[in-house]
Parts: sequence; C-alpha cells; structure tokens
Amino acid sequence: MEQKAHVSIEQAATIPAGAVNLRGRRRFGERMIEIIVFICGAISIFTTTAIVVVLFQEAWLFFGSPEVDLIEFFGTTRWQPETGRFGIWPLMTSTLLTSIIALMVAVPLGLGAAIYLSEYASPTARGYLKPILEVLAGVPTVVYGYFALTFVTPVILQGLLGRENVEIYNMLSAGLTMGIMILPLMASMSEDALSAVPRSLREGSYGLGATRLETSVRVVVPAALSGILAAVIVSMSRAVGETMIVALAAGAGPRFTFNPLQAAETMTGHIARISGGDISYASIQYTSIFAIALVLFFMTLLLNLLSGWVVRRFREVYE
Amino acid sequence: MSTIIDPRERPIGYLPEGADINRNIAMRRLRGKIWQALFFSSLVIGLLALGTLLYTIIDDSFGYIAVQTRRDPEELADRPLEELSKEELIEILRANISAGLFRRFDRDEPFSERSKESVLQLIEERVIGREVVAAFKLTESLLERERIEATVRERFPRAELEFHSWINREFLTRPMSSVPILAGVGNAILGSLWVIAITMLLAIPIGVLGGVYLEEYASDTWYYRLIETNINNLAGVPSIIYGLLGLAVFVRALEPITSGAAFGVTDSNGRTILSAGLTMALLVLPLMIINAREAIRAVPQSIRQASYGLGATKWQTVWHHVLPNALPGILTGTILSMSRAMGETAPLIVVGASTFIVFYPDSVFDKFTVIPIQIYNWTSQPGAQFRSIAAAAIIVLLVTLLLLNATAILLRNRFKRSY
Repeated sequence: MEQKAHVSIEQAATIPAGAVNLRGRRRFGERMIEIIVFICGAISIFTTTAIVVVLFQEAWLFFGSPEVDLIEFFGTTRWQPETGRFGIWPLMTSTLLTSIIALMVAVPLGLGAAIYLSEYASPTARGYLKPILEVLAGVPTVVYGYFALTFVTPVILQGLLGRENVEIYNMLSAGLTMGIMILPLMASMSEDALSAVPRSLREGSYGLGATRLETSVRVVVPAALSGILAAVIVSMSRAVGETMIVALAAGAGPRFTFNPLQAAETMTGHIARISGGDISYASIQYTSIFAIALVLFFMTLLLNLLSGWVVRRFREVYE
Repeated sequence: MSTIIDPRERPIGYLPEGADINRNIAMRRLRGKIWQALFFSSLVIGLLALGTLLYTIIDDSFGYIAVQTRRDPEELADRPLEELSKEELIEILRANISAGLFRRFDRDEPFSERSKESVLQLIEERVIGREVVAAFKLTESLLERERIEATVRERFPRAELEFHSWINREFLTRPMSSVPILAGVGNAILGSLWVIAITMLLAIPIGVLGGVYLEEYASDTWYYRLIETNINNLAGVPSIIYGLLGLAVFVRALEPITSGAAFGVTDSNGRTILSAGLTMALLVLPLMIINAREAIRAVPQSIRQASYGLGATKWQTVWHHVLPNALPGILTGTILSMSRAMGETAPLIVVGASTFIVFYPDSVFDKFTVIPIQIYNWTSQPGAQFRSIAAAAIIVLLVTLLLLNATAILLRNRFKRSY
C-alpha cells in the first residue's frame, strides 16, 4: 500500500484519471493520536470531578456524623473540634476580614499603578517598572508569610501601634501582606484592561480640552470598568484561597472576632494546621477540613464565575 | 472681570471666561500633577515592599553569633577532626559520651554502616557541643558592634563572637537538624528536585497535548466548551484544595501504588514523593495547558496550510511544524509552571510533607520535604536562629526561582520569531 503513494511527477502525469483513489485513507495512527490528545485535554475534567467528588464525599461523612448538623455548621459561632462544636463562622469571618484588608491595600495601589503604567509612563519607564511587579508576583507566598511575621508585625504594626496593642499573630498583618502579594495581579489585570481601550477615545477627550488626568479617570477608566471589576473579583478570590501568609501570620486557633489586631485562624489556615498534624483518617477532624474546603471551593468558584460574567455583561466593545 | 463661581453652582453649559479661564486651567493642571504623583507612588510602594522584603531576608541571614563550646575540638585530637579516619572518630565519640548513649546511637544505625560525616556530626553535636547562645542581625552587627560585644561579655562571658553567614556550603548540603546552626537544606533541595521531576514528567506531555487538542483538533462542540471553561476555572481553584484532592486520592485511595507497596516497598505510607509529584502535576496542568495554547495559537495559519498543501497529515503537521514553531513559548510556559511548583507550599503540607527528616531521599516512595516546607517550618519556630536559617533557605529558593525565570526570559528573547 505504502509503495503506491510514492508516485513521481512523470508517472503521475501518465496515470489515467480515476486510477488514483483520492479519498482519504483511514489512518489508524492518526485516529489513535486524536484519542490520546483528547484524553490529555479531558484530564482537566477528571480533576474537577475528582475535586467535587472528594470534597462532597468527605463532607457527607462529616455532616452525617451525629455531632454535626447543617444548622449548627452555618448558624453558630464556635469552632472547637475537641468539644464537638462546629460553627464555621469564626473561620469565615477571619477569612473575609483578612481578604477585605488585602483588597483595601491591593485595589487602590494596583489601580494607581496600572493607571500610571498605561496612561503616564513612557515605554522605556514601563520597560523598567513592569519587571519589578513581575518579580513581586513571582515571590512564593511562604516568603510573604515570613515577611509578615518578621517585619510587618514587629516593626510596622507593633512599632506604630504599640507592643501591647498588637498580638504577635494578627489578622491585620496577614491582610496587609496579602495585599502586597495581590498588588501585581490587580495591577497587571487592570493594566491589560486599560491598554485595551482604543486610542481614539483618548484623542477625542484631549481634543475637547481634557487634561491627562481627566482623560484617564473620566474616559479610560469607565471604558475599562468591566476589566477592572473582574480584576477586583479575581483578587478577592486569590485572597480567600491564600494559605501560607495566613497560616504563618494570622494565628493558630479559630476565634470569633472582628478586631484585626487579634489573632484568628482562617479557613485555609485551619485546613493547613489540622492536616499538617498527625490526624487519623477516621476522626471527625479529618472530615471537617473537607467540609471547610467545600465551602471554600464554592466561594472561589462563585467569585471566578462572577468575574467572567462581569466581563461579558459590562464589556464595552469598540470597533 | 468675571468673578470665580463655585464649581457646584455653575450652571450646565457654563464656560469660564477671562481670568477665570487661567485660574481654571491652573487648578486642573495642579490636580493632574497631584494625582500623577499619587499614581506613581503606588508603584513606589510596590517597589519599597520588594526592597524591604529583600532587606529583611538579607538582614536575617548574616550577622554576628555568640558561640559557646563545651569542649575545644583541639583537645580531642592532635589533628583537625576532618582528617581523622572514621574509626578514630568513633573512638573519640565512645570516650566522650556515656556508654548508654553510644549504644543507643549504634541501635539507631550501626556505626559500621554510618558514614564518616554522620559520625563527625554526632561528635559535633554531642561532644564539642558548639552552641550558639545569641544571634544578631546584619544591620546591628555592622552599626552597633560595641553594644553587641558588651552584651555578649555581660551575658555569656565564655562565649566567642564571630561573624556568621547562615547561608554557606554546609547549609546547602546538610540535612535537617533540631539545632539551627547544624541544620541545612540538603535533603530539602533534593526533595524539591524529585518532586519537580515527577511533576514535570507528567505535566509537560499532558499539558502540551492538551493544548494541541484545544487548538488543533477540537471543533466547537459542547464538550470542547466544557473543557475550556473548566480549565480556566481550575486555574482559579485555591492550591490548598489540590492538596486535599491529593490527600484523598493519591495518599489514601491509591496508597498501594503511591506507597510502593505494590512494587515491594514495605516501610512507607502514602505520604511520598510520588503523591506530592502527582498532586503538583494536577496543580500546574491548567497553567501548562493555557500557556501551551497561547504558544500554539501564535503559530501562523500559513505554516499549517503549507504543510497540508504538501500532503501532510494532521499529526505530521502538528509534530513537524506547529510544535517546533511553538517550542519557545511552550518552554517559557514550562519554566513558569516549574517555578510555580517550586514555590508552592500549602498543597504539600496537606499531602503530608515531613517537616523533620534527616535522610536523603533516593526513591519516589520516600518521605519527603521540600525547601518551602522547611521555610514554613523554621519560620513558625520561635527563636532568632530559626528565623536566620529560614531567611537563608528563602535565599536559596529565591535564587533558584530567579535563575529559572532568567532562563525563561532568555529563551523567549533568543528564539523569538516574527512572522
């Protein structure tokens, strides 16, 4: 069969019409490769399914055990596995509090940096400044955890507010450091959105006599709003799921408090601490971390879906 | 002469006139300057944070230490200890520690099987007892030498002050120890390499082929859109959740395989290098696929058309033309995924990295520790010396990541093609 495919040009010219089968041959190898390639693409489906199945399975065991019920889980404010109290709120509030502090740092700074980079900086300056943000984005989070614990808490917070007012482990320090960690993400996503705004809009604004600031704030930022909102939501999702900074700096032990100067464990911090210790697979503590993770998974999933929806819903399309 | 009108009371369509124009323009320019400074300062704050971070790390990893020894090494032998044979070292150890302790060490690992380095380390720990009683940061060591000397003389009269770099050759090669000055990241570096190797072995082929599927083979069907949305959402799942996935699937459910029991390894559970590598592979896979897709998409359509025009099959086109052209992009993406896997800590805590192992891993069924886990562990211990070795380990990690990223940038520039 293979021999027939090699036909020289002279031969080809002499072959009468209809003698060569021009229909595609069935190629077994090609078909196999197609299947292999499809499987590789579909492995991501396996990952998602496995995550959902695993989390639901263990959480089912957790909620099925006599010590727990759903009303207690979502309705009470004490998490003490030792005494059988499983109210998720103390973990939830500290997660939200640290994330909001992080956003309060990352959103204004990130947006400011993005506006500067896209509207003010010369191409050369951008060439120098962007890599700095990229380096900041590449630092592993455990290093930020070290930074929070050895610098932000003792030097900045205890230095400014007094040693007796700030606990060694506290949510403010974790939140501030997390804000610095998220800043590059916020900045680069917003900058992408700002740069995508067509030049004609800026020219129009300048033509009407607007200054650079007025053009940036009243024309470019509103035009890029969907992208900026998406950046905020993705930053929030990153903050909620961040583990190492809060595990090192926010404290070990759930506490229901809204005072950011106190220690309180977050959802991710709790999962890390419990699974890092020696726990038996049969214990309720083991299944409880899967229940927390399930809540965490849905929180981040919701935020990610929301960011996608915001982009689609509020995107301004320019032609 | 018109008077200045309060901006809030301006009627709609109001245009400033006369001196008001100049005033108005000056105000707007000033406001523009102030805000430009504010925007710029957000970048400066980022820069400052990076600078402070590096300063803190360097400040912690160098500085004076006050050392106190129980025995002077020169009393033990007439030559430096490194030059003695293993047998002589064992004799020194036997003569200087209690018989019970000696027997215990022999039971833990027979002396006949121990390496010379391990005996030497025992002598250092148990006989010489070099103990760091105080550690100082770099800034104070440089600026306040007199005060440090006075403090040390007062509190530890027998101690000697010496300048110590916490990051040094021994630190890079030694295994973990409970004594900070004797601890090292040797086995953690090796552990990181093992885990990364397994991760990449799986993630590179699957990631690239997954990218090939989405860009070259898939048609716009419902399952194509499902896979696409799914990959984008997976990239946003918190890393600790991958850890729980690894714990439930690889550590527990597949324990016979990941512990090596199915291959005749008896002395381990599922918390092995293999489980860690598999978990990390799932973690970086979405990143790999997204990067591979971008690289493949950048290959111009004309190259594919030319290949088809010459009668090549789909796979021949992909293998001989698309992939080689997309290679620089794929390599860059691979290196970025690698550095992500290198610095990731949370999933490995959940999968069960051991924080204290003293041996070097030599198979995929060994217990493991990696550099970020050591940093986490040392940072969470109380005491300035643990902070110092944490800082030294951070330097090791950051330098590795920097080298990786520099390679990525070089590759990107070296092989950049424009069509």
